Amino acid sequence: MKNKEPIILIVVVFFALLTYYLVEPYAHSVMHKHVESEGFSYADLPTIEKKGDATRGQELVMGAGACVGCHSIEVAGMPAAMEPQMAAASYGVNPPDLSNAGAIFDAKFLVDIIKNPAHALMVEHKFDAEKGQMHPMVPFYGAGGDIDQEIADMVAYLQSIAVKPEEVTPTMAFENACGRCHAVSYENWTQIGIKPSFKDKKDSLAFDIKLLEYQDSIKAYMGKLPPDLSMYIRSRGEHYINTFMENPQSQLEGTAMPRVGVTAESAEKVIEYLEDAGDTKRHEREEIGMNVMIYIVIFAIFAFLWKKQVWRDLH
Amino acid sequence: MAHFTKATSVKDWLNQRLAIEKVEKVMASEYWIPKNINFLWAMGMILVVTFVLLLVSGIFLLMYYVPTVDEAFDSVNYTIMREVDFGWLWRHVHGVAASVVFLIIYIHMFTGIYYGSYKKGREMIWISGMLLFVAFSAEAFSGYMLPWGQMSYWAGMVITNLFSGGSLHANFLVEWIRGDYVPAQAFLGRFFMLHVLLIPVAIMGLIGLHFAALRIPHVNNQDGGEIDFDVESKKYLDGDKAGSKVMRFANDFMSKDMMVVGIFLIFFFYLVFYNYGFAMDAVNFDPADGLKTPTHIYPEWYFLWSYEILRPFNIDLGLVLFGFAQVIFVFLPFIDRSPNSIPANRRGTAFKVWFWLMLSNMIVLTAMGKLPPEGMFSAIGLVSAILFIVQWLALPIITSMEKKV
Amino acid sequence: MENNNRRGFMGKAFGAVAAVGAVGSLVAMKKTWDPLPSVKAAGFTTLDMSIYAEGVMVTEKWRGKPIFVLKKSERLMAQEKGNAAAEARNIKIGNDNFMVAIGLCTHLGCIPAFRKDEGNFLCACHGGMFDASGLVLKVPPPRGFDIPPFKIEGNKLVLGEVGPEWQAMKDNGVTL
Repeated sequence: MKNKEPIILIVVVFFALLTYYLVEPYAHSVMHKHVESEGFSYADLPTIEKKGDATRGQELVMGAGACVGCHSIEVAGMPAAMEPQMAAASYGVNPPDLSNAGAIFDAKFLVDIIKNPAHALMVEHKFDAEKGQMHPMVPFYGAGGDIDQEIADMVAYLQSIAVKPEEVTPTMAFENACGRCHAVSYENWTQIGIKPSFKDKKDSLAFDIKLLEYQDSIKAYMGKLPPDLSMYIRSRGEHYINTFMENPQSQLEGTAMPRVGVTAESAEKVIEYLEDAGDTKRHEREEIGMNVMIYIVIFAIFAFLWKKQVWRDLH
Repeated sequence: MAHFTKATSVKDWLNQRLAIEKVEKVMASEYWIPKNINFLWAMGMILVVTFVLLLVSGIFLLMYYVPTVDEAFDSVNYTIMREVDFGWLWRHVHGVAASVVFLIIYIHMFTGIYYGSYKKGREMIWISGMLLFVAFSAEAFSGYMLPWGQMSYWAGMVITNLFSGGSLHANFLVEWIRGDYVPAQAFLGRFFMLHVLLIPVAIMGLIGLHFAALRIPHVNNQDGGEIDFDVESKKYLDGDKAGSKVMRFANDFMSKDMMVVGIFLIFFFYLVFYNYGFAMDAVNFDPADGLKTPTHIYPEWYFLWSYEILRPFNIDLGLVLFGFAQVIFVFLPFIDRSPNSIPANRRGTAFKVWFWLMLSNMIVLTAMGKLPPEGMFSAIGLVSAILFIVQWLALPIITSMEKKV
Repeated sequence: MENNNRRGFMGKAFGAVAAVGAVGSLVAMKKTWDPLPSVKAAGFTTLDMSIYAEGVMVTEKWRGKPIFVLKKSERLMAQEKGNAAAEARNIKIGNDNFMVAIGLCTHLGCIPAFRKDEGNFLCACHGGMFDASGLVLKVPPPRGFDIPPFKIEGNKLVLGEVGPEWQAMKDNGVTL
């Protein structure tokens, strides 16, 4: 009798794969808008033509640029003037510390945000100066000289005080780029920092109240509380988060989330942070997966040999 | 009372009390299986293995899962996925096995339909099998509620709403099922109970019934031929192993079962470690939010075909047809009026077309059930749903016209 | 027959391979029962020893158990002078002597109450008594309070970590 098993196997596999293709890759390609990453090149922002001088930049940042009026620069000995919840009450969100801004954020983005915050952040739909909707960050109007040169100097200064780009850690990248709006409860991160373990319940509650005040300010500023990102690596996936970070409007038109302007390297670090939060055991999964696959192939080979021996007498 | 003698060995001691040799013969070495069967007959063993995987992984998940609306999501995604050693493994095995078990059930079902394994005394095998399908569906649905993510919540909302009966507005029934106006703590608590106790117990009972139903009519074979098991087994026991048309369940068929199981497990563990996304929907990694419906809402893939029968029609007709689709498979042995119990391809053109069309159409329904119900997909879904109903209504007619082969 | 043996051999070989898999999965099952990392991390309690007042017994908590902390007053020190067993149990931090012990009666695990005036402990369950150093004054308790593993770090005491002082106590049979 002819052995029909190969053809039966082909039929079974064909129908199973067809079903899989239709309900998974195909259906998802229809349901979700496909957004291609531009590799964090920020092509819409003007290229930098001037070469900055960090020393002059320092004078501008500390002086005429008035950056330190709102921003702290801890590495330069300028601590935050107020607690985060107070800062958020004034500005909507706590203005970031600029110590490592030069390493985490793209230079083109930094140049543009100093000149025109709403443009760089892609929130011009929310902040239209002509309608009197001013972005809480005041644009730099120049200190009397060539404004482009002045901004290049300021960026050069920020880059000179920051850690080297390769020294940016996942936590640093996340906290600077995302952490002032988004909590990651699985990493114990809140919008105002890691919640310490308090011995006294009163201290713990006092922290919670500060956090709630801070969250109220962001709610008012953003329209709603930005989501906790603990499981975003599983619920959105790397591609979505990457393209969303690069250009929030591309995935979700009209969103209040600003473009964060991170470099491609810092974006990778942010992804790594989110993987540590929501896909913590991924390395173990790959390692154990390989071992299990090797074992199970051996299992199948031995099962096959056993079957062959048993069936020798049956024909 | 039986007469007991001093035991000569542990085996003899047990034999006198439990008749282990006799049990072994009845259950394994002299449980006769036809030789002319192919690997599709090993799906039963694969289902047993998958059920064991579900049970074992489920036991470990149960130890850390917290069935409260405030803690369920974190107990799964934080405690089990991050804290518990190998917790991620149990969850992935459980989630993937729950999905794959339906693939195997569908293969098992269509094997039965193709080879006519629900006829000539095998009706109870089919009926108990379909009851198992219903029980597995309930188990899968109740389990899907437990991580308490967005898909859990909204699937719970939509499926329980089906019980309002459309224009009957039986909201009291919906609220009774939920124990609340919306899916909330009472709902999660009762579905947790159903998932870990009542339905598994029912499944185990039905598996017993399914196996028992197999005992008297024996396993079908791929030619639909009748085998005199007494004659053939005697031939085998007399030493003519090659000439007999039957073989022992163990080790003869068992060794083949294990070979197929081995190949299946390669596929299964590949999915567990490297391609689990299809079984663990991304949307369900967002915590349940009763004030925000996800953009796309769809059931797991194995429910899609029946979901699609609900979608193209107005609510009342949709519910009626949906109900029809749920139960009609159970009655297959009585709707098929043909005197033949041979493979579908040899029963004449009409049934052959019916079979392959039914299979293809259910795949189309499955695909349309997931795709957004817009434009062309809506139209295809409507045609497919109508075709599904028409095929079932036509089955008694085309089978009674079938000639005896 | 040779054929038969070979068949039997393959069956056994397959059985052995399957058994390896079963044992492998048992390892995963065993580890799933292990205490969670958060539980283990909570297994260390750091006490700031500078905050305790002399002669006042404070109950702290370590791994779910009560920990008695008593800073010895001069009166208590004078009382135990010459009692080698009691002196051996003192934990010296700076110039202060402390009794730090698991506050469970070594008889059947009740929590004895500290009697400030008498400067000793009385267990309500079966009347066992312990002195201010944690030594047995009255049976039924078979031995003095157990001393939890500790490590001295400046004026802090980390419970759950084994330091040289605790190791010495254990080696000398001062505690279990």
